[in-house]
Amino acid sequence: MKLRSLLPGFVLVMLVLLAALISYVWTPFDVETLDIRNKLKTPSAEHLLGTDHYGRDILSMLMVGARTSIAVALVAVGIGMGIGVPLGLLAAARRQSWTDELIMRGNDLVFAFPALLIAIMITAVFGAGAINAIIAIGIFNIPVFARLTRGAALSLWTREFILAARVAGKNGFRISIEHILPNITNLLIVQGTIQFSLGILAEAGLSYVGLGAQPPIPSWGRMLAESQTLITLAPHLALFPGLAIVITVLGLNLLGDGLRDWLDPRLRRER
Amino acid sequence: MFRYAVKRLASLIATLIVASLVVFVVIEVVPGDPASYMLGMNAQPDTVAALRSELGLDLSKPVRYFSWVTGMLRGDFGQSYTYRTPVAGMIADRLWISLPLALYALALSTVIAFPAGIWAASRRGGIADTTVMGFTQLGIAIPNFWFALLLVILFAIKLGWFSAGGFAGWESGAYAAMKSLTLPAVALALPQAAILTRVMRSALLDVLGEDFMRTARAKGLSRRQALLRHALRNAMIPVLTIIGLQFSFLIAGAIIIENVFFLPGLGRLIFQSIAQRDLIVVESVVMLLVFAVVMVTFMVDLAYAWVDPRLRQRL
Repeated sequence: MKLRSLLPGFVLVMLVLLAALISYVWTPFDVETLDIRNKLKTPSAEHLLGTDHYGRDILSMLMVGARTSIAVALVAVGIGMGIGVPLGLLAAARRQSWTDELIMRGNDLVFAFPALLIAIMITAVFGAGAINAIIAIGIFNIPVFARLTRGAALSLWTREFILAARVAGKNGFRISIEHILPNITNLLIVQGTIQFSLGILAEAGLSYVGLGAQPPIPSWGRMLAESQTLITLAPHLALFPGLAIVITVLGLNLLGDGLRDWLDPRLRRER
Repeated sequence: MFRYAVKRLASLIATLIVASLVVFVVIEVVPGDPASYMLGMNAQPDTVAALRSELGLDLSKPVRYFSWVTGMLRGDFGQSYTYRTPVAGMIADRLWISLPLALYALALSTVIAFPAGIWAASRRGGIADTTVMGFTQLGIAIPNFWFALLLVILFAIKLGWFSAGGFAGWESGAYAAMKSLTLPAVALALPQAAILTRVMRSALLDVLGEDFMRTARAKGLSRRQALLRHALRNAMIPVLTIIGLQFSFLIAGAIIIENVFFLPGLGRLIFQSIAQRDLIVVESVVMLLVFAVVMVTFMVDLAYAWVDPRLRQRL
């Protein structure tokens, strides 16, 4: 495996990111203006990807929807890393203690709830919305990062340079921050990319069943859900939001694989 | 082995107890009283109070938690607030759709992944390998509910081979029932098959580098014989682990897929119950799914330790 997945991954991800960023200043059409006379148009020169049942431009909605997807997935990964990594570092620094045991059993507990179940429970209590989708996906990400961090940190704790740091009088906290963390950054970046892509998929799934971002905020999953009722009339409505998800997830997965090979040849796994 | 099993069992029970507490507490915080929700806005206070005591809502929280958990252990999941029928019966009805669906998808994904993974591994680096791996990248990136929609467009709307949704019911015969589960199962199986193919391939590649594989070839077995007789058997450990874990993904994934195809399974039940504030059903279904996930993980761990004694030392 050379770096052949890095470039295509990077290009695809940049494409989606640019579309999302450009949508803040410009979209081909306004996504909140209804134009019923032009509803359910197939792709044409005017509407490159056609229009939906309210006559809204699909391309514009996809661009704005990219923001929702990226924002939800990014913040969810941030939550997972922000809580999971410190927990993993702590568990490794206090390995074999009750702190470690507590953190790891807590991980097992969260793992027992598939992300969708967490989302369903949160929604049952607080109602559907982008914030609750973020929380649900974020909670699901915590044990992933905690486990990864602990595993990687444990193997580092046995190395000589850590021993040297201990001899120099540094405590577990300083060693974790100054020596362990820098050495697992690459690993975290790679896993972060993969969790980001899973987050995009999860957000799409949640908003498809109505548990994600609520109207009028465009989201890819809800566009798909709305397309389903019109599937015999306008199959193209179901096509483009799905392609947008596939491009984003594929791009992130390729980027993750590429980064793994590029950042650390030792991590190279032929998955 | 016995000590390992007992230790794992203890941690399994602990996980289930804490999980049940979490589920109970979370669902209990839900705003809105089910009794007043059921009776509507104009209900008399004494009617609401009567219904509350009938549903057991007037008891203290610890008492209700305790009776919920002990009830579940006896197979009694309580009464649905909305339908006034035993929750256990409602779940059992739905399980007859969700469980066959998950098993069907699991079988499909295995049937696709085994040959694909073996083929790719035996032609490592070649065109076949690259093609299979390319498809798996795509398979992982495609959301299963979107794939489901595409299947509906092609096979239900354009070709008319399958119905676009709904369930024929087991009483109309196994063939009709399985037919209505086919598109959902294919949609569920796709991403799982992609992942499993990759695991199969990499597990085989790991084994192919081992000394005993060289010995097998040296004693005169062909590449094919060595692969099928020795490599495959040794590669099964990680593959079986993933198959076990996928079962829980399939159960969760089924929640969304059931909504795509309007299948009256557990996934639909849970969404309907949320909409109707039928919280006892939500609690019980969530708990049942968590139980399934934890049990499968437990069995996979045991199987793994049984096959590979070194693992028993951990934990």
